Amino acid sequence: MVALHGVSKAYANGVLALDGLSLDVRGGEFLSLLGPSGCGKSTALRLIAGLTDRTSGTIEWMQHARDKGPRSDKDRHEIGFVFQDPTLMPWATVAANVQLPLKLQGLGRAAQPRVEAALARVGLSRFAQSYPRELSGGMKMRASIARALVTEPRLLLMDEPFAALDEITRFRLNNDLLALWQTLGKTVVFVTHSVFESVYLSQRVIVMTPRPGRVFTELSIDAAYPRDERFRTSASYVAYCRRVSEALARAMEAA
Amino acid sequence: MNAAKASKDMSPLRERMLRMLLPILVLAAGVVLWHVLVRLYDIPPYVLPGPLLVGATLIRDWAVLSGSLLATLATTIEGFLLAALGGIGLAILFNQSRLIEYSLYPYAVILQVTPIVAIAPLLLIYLPQQAAVLACAWIVAFFPVLANTTLGLNSVDRNLADLFRLYGATRRQVLTELKLPAALPYILAGLKIAGGLSLIGAVVAEIAAGSAGAGSGLAFRIVESGYRLNIPRMFAALLLLSVSGIAIFFALSVFTHLLLRRWHESALAGDT
Repeated sequence: MVALHGVSKAYANGVLALDGLSLDVRGGEFLSLLGPSGCGKSTALRLIAGLTDRTSGTIEWMQHARDKGPRSDKDRHEIGFVFQDPTLMPWATVAANVQLPLKLQGLGRAAQPRVEAALARVGLSRFAQSYPRELSGGMKMRASIARALVTEPRLLLMDEPFAALDEITRFRLNNDLLALWQTLGKTVVFVTHSVFESVYLSQRVIVMTPRPGRVFTELSIDAAYPRDERFRTSASYVAYCRRVSEALARAMEAA
Repeated sequence: MNAAKASKDMSPLRERMLRMLLPILVLAAGVVLWHVLVRLYDIPPYVLPGPLLVGATLIRDWAVLSGSLLATLATTIEGFLLAALGGIGLAILFNQSRLIEYSLYPYAVILQVTPIVAIAPLLLIYLPQQAAVLACAWIVAFFPVLANTTLGLNSVDRNLADLFRLYGATRRQVLTELKLPAALPYILAGLKIAGGLSLIGAVVAEIAAGSAGAGSGLAFRIVESGYRLNIPRMFAALLLLSVSGIAIFFALSVFTHLLLRRWHESALAGDT
């Protein structure tokens, strides 16, 4: 779907965040980028989303190479982005927050059914008229996911979305996210620093080196979906976690 | 149960009553003390009139004073509205164009730091009196609105700004859907300050105009009554000015609360 070839990113203050990152995202897959804080995982996502410009390298979209990420409107609408914080507008109701992407594209009332559908998908229908401050952390994150899905994007980019949540809420949202991914058939790129989360969710885990970030290695998680709590306690889950942990440890040493 | 614990356990209703009641009690005590002192030392009314005399003057001179009150309030409100429009408008302009900001901002600061008492007499020379008074009210009041709105427009959540960029928002959409709502609490804080300041500006200009003008505002009445040693009327006019200031402050507080109560922390403190 999108491929990065030798992409580097240096910030204005001289910090080299990415150094020759190459990876490709396949249509329909659940891919995790795993690495220590500051390894450029978020930068990679922002590059794919077109929110920042790369210093060198190329980003290739489907067939045609586009220099600076998805610049045309058509491509832009195919991306949904979920930030680490829920990033909701505090002055707007949950429904208005979810409606925002459609509103910015010029859809008015016609957007209403799509907003309701997106809210229903994440189980927030009852809270459409609530304000963000009235919601719990997990519910805010659900609203944020509903907003990312409301444009029916083909690619969903998630930047450590559950890092700030407690473990019980995170497990529930992991399961809900997997269910959404399976029913909607989106491509998901999921940035995390949790070995367990990456194994539980993904088909592929890309382990990155500390800054400046590169791909250290890639592991396939071949367990069948749907995955549930039984998978979380299974021997194969533990084995995958060990392999990913060991890869991460070697990536840290290699730096 | 110790005293600190007891005050914490107070029911919200009781606490609200106390917050209303205590200032009123202090006021009553002050007025009574004032009355007693004037009586006890037999202070003549041209030095310090007692509260009863001030009250009587307020009623007796109501025809004159109410006209002045309306004149001063009209100036204040017009100055306030112009300050709100000018402050918010300039801030938006500055936010949209760095060149305009660099060109004009220093002069906004100069207007602000030059004492209005010093500018007022000049304005009275070059402008018709009513316009000069209005200009004073505006000059004093617009800067807090400008400064607060500028701060608000610049304190947008960076991720939200990225989100708007991701969905291809236009400049106009970023302004109306993101920056202005995010700036609203700051704008309202600026307006709250501007409300009081526009009254001060109006009063300063009226005093500077003094007897030279055909003005009839409350501050003019104070100056005039001073010349005539009509001290009770001075007090009555001063009382009306104070009450006006308090009323403006309360009106703006209620307005702020109504606009922010559903989402902003500052407006939520009260209802937990």
